[in-house]
Amino acid sequence: MLESLQRLGRKGLAFFQRLGRGHILLWDILAGLSSLLPRPHLVIVQVYSVGVLSLLIILVSGLFVGMVLGLQGYNTLVNFGAEESLGTVVALSLVRELGPVVTALLFAGRAGSALTAEIGLMKATEQLSAMEMMAVDPVKRTLAPRFMAGFISMPLLAAIFSAVGVLGGYFVGVGLLGVDEGAYWSQMQDNVDIYDDIQNGVIKSLVFGFVVSWIAIFEGYDCIPTSEGVSRATTRTVVHSALAILGLDFILTALMFGD
Amino acid sequence: MTDNDTSLVQIRDLHFSRGNHMIFDGVDLEIRRGRITAIMGPSGTGKTTLLRLIGGQLKPQTGSVVVDGEEVNTLRLGPLYQLRKRMGMLFQNGALLTDMNVFDNIAYPLREHTRMSESLIRTLVLMKLEAVGLRGARNLMPSELSGGMARRVALARAIALDPMMMMYDEPFTGQDPISMGVLVRLIRTLNDALGLTSIIVSHDIAETCAIADDIYLLSGGKVVAHGTAEELDHSDSAWAQQFLKGEPDGPVPFHYPAPDYFDDLMSMQEAGR
Ligand SMILES: Nc1ncnc2c1ncn2[C@@H]1O[C@H](COP(=O)(O)OP(=O)(O)O)[C@@H](O)[C@H]1O
Ligand SMILES: [Mg+2]
Repeated sequence: MLESLQRLGRKGLAFFQRLGRGHILLWDILAGLSSLLPRPHLVIVQVYSVGVLSLLIILVSGLFVGMVLGLQGYNTLVNFGAEESLGTVVALSLVRELGPVVTALLFAGRAGSALTAEIGLMKATEQLSAMEMMAVDPVKRTLAPRFMAGFISMPLLAAIFSAVGVLGGYFVGVGLLGVDEGAYWSQMQDNVDIYDDIQNGVIKSLVFGFVVSWIAIFEGYDCIPTSEGVSRATTRTVVHSALAILGLDFILTALMFGD
Repeated sequence: MTDNDTSLVQIRDLHFSRGNHMIFDGVDLEIRRGRITAIMGPSGTGKTTLLRLIGGQLKPQTGSVVVDGEEVNTLRLGPLYQLRKRMGMLFQNGALLTDMNVFDNIAYPLREHTRMSESLIRTLVLMKLEAVGLRGARNLMPSELSGGMARRVALARAIALDPMMMMYDEPFTGQDPISMGVLVRLIRTLNDALGLTSIIVSHDIAETCAIADDIYLLSGGKVVAHGTAEELDHSDSAWAQQFLKGEPDGPVPFHYPAPDYFDDLMSMQEAGR
């Protein structure tokens, strides 16, 4: 009894210590962002590996999600004779929800896990220590550019996901199921609002990009520097990111569309 | 502060522990300028930890670490980084940056800390590579290097900024006899040619004794013996004799602390582990 209480206490303490370290690291990273201004190439290289290399999975997934939305939306709408609204349904689902959320989940799996593993291995092979001993701050030099790249890439990827998804819905709805082409686009144009829908979707993707990059970088930086430690940290990145994304999505949706 | 003229690093009454595990329990050390000082002790005594304390990556609980007149443990980050530019450290496995080739690894500290032109950097990098005999390997990636080559590249990187001192973390471990010989000679010649002060952390007795001017033996969080190789050979410390001769049992027991063997075997049924 006492023992399990002790264990609970230790777990709780460890949790709060990690939380504290996570916030200290975030603070250091944010403070280090200004040092990137004179050296934009550090960020650009990372945007390539974090963002550009994630493009393929985002494009393919976006296309399929859009096609499924087209199919499901059509099957429901046609019962009410409202298949003209398919464009609205597809676009709103993507821009408000699926674009940011699915992109963030894929981003955590593709880019977040890679970031954690890379930073964790740099720690395990003493590269981060070596930088410190060369009087180079690894937080500024390696972590801040990666964080910035994740933050920039995520909304762009989400936008691409939504755009490709709209095309996927178009192929299925208009191309295969015979929805009127003019109706598909004009309904979409009329009913998707730049502030209510698009802006809110962009805010979501910015928040997700921030959180996923933070989790991925922290897990790598804080991992136990062994191969097992790195593999566990990588798993934690994906799991914690997914939970954070879905939880935050609910909160953000309630705040944005709640009334 | 008169010590400052002859000794580059002074460690006084150093205490350091991780959790409940006491690693240093009152260590006093002096690293003299221009010399090669060896710090020896079995694995896990905290040799790497000691180098990290000197480099300011870890802070002692009590005691002080003074490097070139500056107290490392109270230094703010800015001055600490300035001090580190004058320290070179060779990590146990090289710790080369894996996303750059050999040339860029050595150019890295120069590019980070100086505004030299690329052509000047090229000249300097080639000079450092020539010193470690790897000028021909400049385009290889770290993954293409053998362990000994990686260490030599890391050595070239560590001396890129012409430091005042070099710290070597187990430079001989896992080396074949030839690269061992190469490293031994390199450490000595670099120390003398560049006017460095060197600290070698190691448990390879023969190689280390061959080049060290001054040897400290660490055990159980304390300095157990100190002197030149000859002095230690004739030392009457039982511990030093066991360590230097490599005897399996003695003051350092063969067994990790454990409950009585018989009791342990018999308690299997109850505990299940
Ligand atoms: N990051 C760490 N966290 C906890 N304990 C550590 C850590 N690094 C080293 N230790 C412990 O500190 C002791 C000294 O380690 P180290 O300085 O690496 O020894 P050496 O280099 O002499 O083999 C060891 O007992 C090791 O288990
Ligand atoms: Mg060590």
